[in-house]
Amino acid sequence: MNIELNGEAYELADQATVATLLDALALHGKRLAVEVNEDIVPRSQHAEFRLQAGDRVEVVHAIGGG
Amino acid sequence: MTHPADNALPEDKPLVLDGRTYQSRLLVGTGQYRDLAETGRAIEASGAEIVTVAVRRTNLGQNPDEPNLLDVISPERYTILPNTAGCYSAKDAVRTCKLARELLDGHDLVKLEVLGEEKTLYPNMTETLVAAEELINDGFKVMVYCSDDPLLAKRLEEMGCIAIMPLGAPIGSGLGIQNRYNIRLIVENAQVPVLVDAGVGTASDATIAMELGCDGVLMNTAIAQARDPIRMANAMRLAIESGRDAWLAGRMPKKLYASASSPLDGTFF
Repeated sequence: MNIELNGEAYELADQATVATLLDALALHGKRLAVEVNEDIVPRSQHAEFRLQAGDRVEVVHAIGGG
Repeated sequence: MTHPADNALPEDKPLVLDGRTYQSRLLVGTGQYRDLAETGRAIEASGAEIVTVAVRRTNLGQNPDEPNLLDVISPERYTILPNTAGCYSAKDAVRTCKLARELLDGHDLVKLEVLGEEKTLYPNMTETLVAAEELINDGFKVMVYCSDDPLLAKRLEEMGCIAIMPLGAPIGSGLGIQNRYNIRLIVENAQVPVLVDAGVGTASDATIAMELGCDGVLMNTAIAQARDPIRMANAMRLAIESGRDAWLAGRMPKKLYASASSPLDGTFF
């Protein structure tokens, strides 16, 4: 299925969860936050949260800023 | 490095934010440094205990082992203050704060800034008020970047913002405190800490902010864009301490004419 990941089209397996997405991106265990369709998906729910085709997913982290 | 005379001074009361006590009144940003190593060294030299970060999309496909800002500026050592820089609407700012809270394991201290236009990066105060209300209702501890309007500053305090952070001059301009009178009024009216956020260009600007009675100063560009950021970070640390001491000491009154400092009695000429 296709989702929108950080503003770009991204292909992933049906039934994928937030956790499997992060694994595929080699981001598992990194300090980051995930939002799906503008709602936070808490870390504790990454393993269960199933993504749907067309979901808009944002993966963000902290960078330098004032 | 402490001067012996310092020991004789009565202790200042520390800066308290969200129930935590800070010895340093200098807050620093982490943007615009050459690399993470320089960021770390500059922050160390500044003595800051509160450090701002921005929240942005993770670069996908980049080397995942690349060092992360929070590895250098560890949340165990520093109070991380996520900002909403780059947000032009209350909605985007609230979204950013929620992501930051998730990112930092429930840490709910944020620096709210909602910008109005690119040229001046001046705060959009109507959107700032909307965002502040929503964030406070959601349990965030809001330190708010705002215009130097004393009435709006008071309003933000009454809404429940835990610190008021008026600009001294536009972000990144380095113009120094442009309206000392307004900053002074805001300080006088406030029951919560007031920190000048934005506009400081060099050490004397930071000192002036503190001499006006501000509780602290937040800066980034003045340090990061100095020729030698590490030395400027040290200069800023000293400038903040100097200004604070001058404020506590209470300056002499200004006079229009001279008044001799050597006695006139006993002259032999």
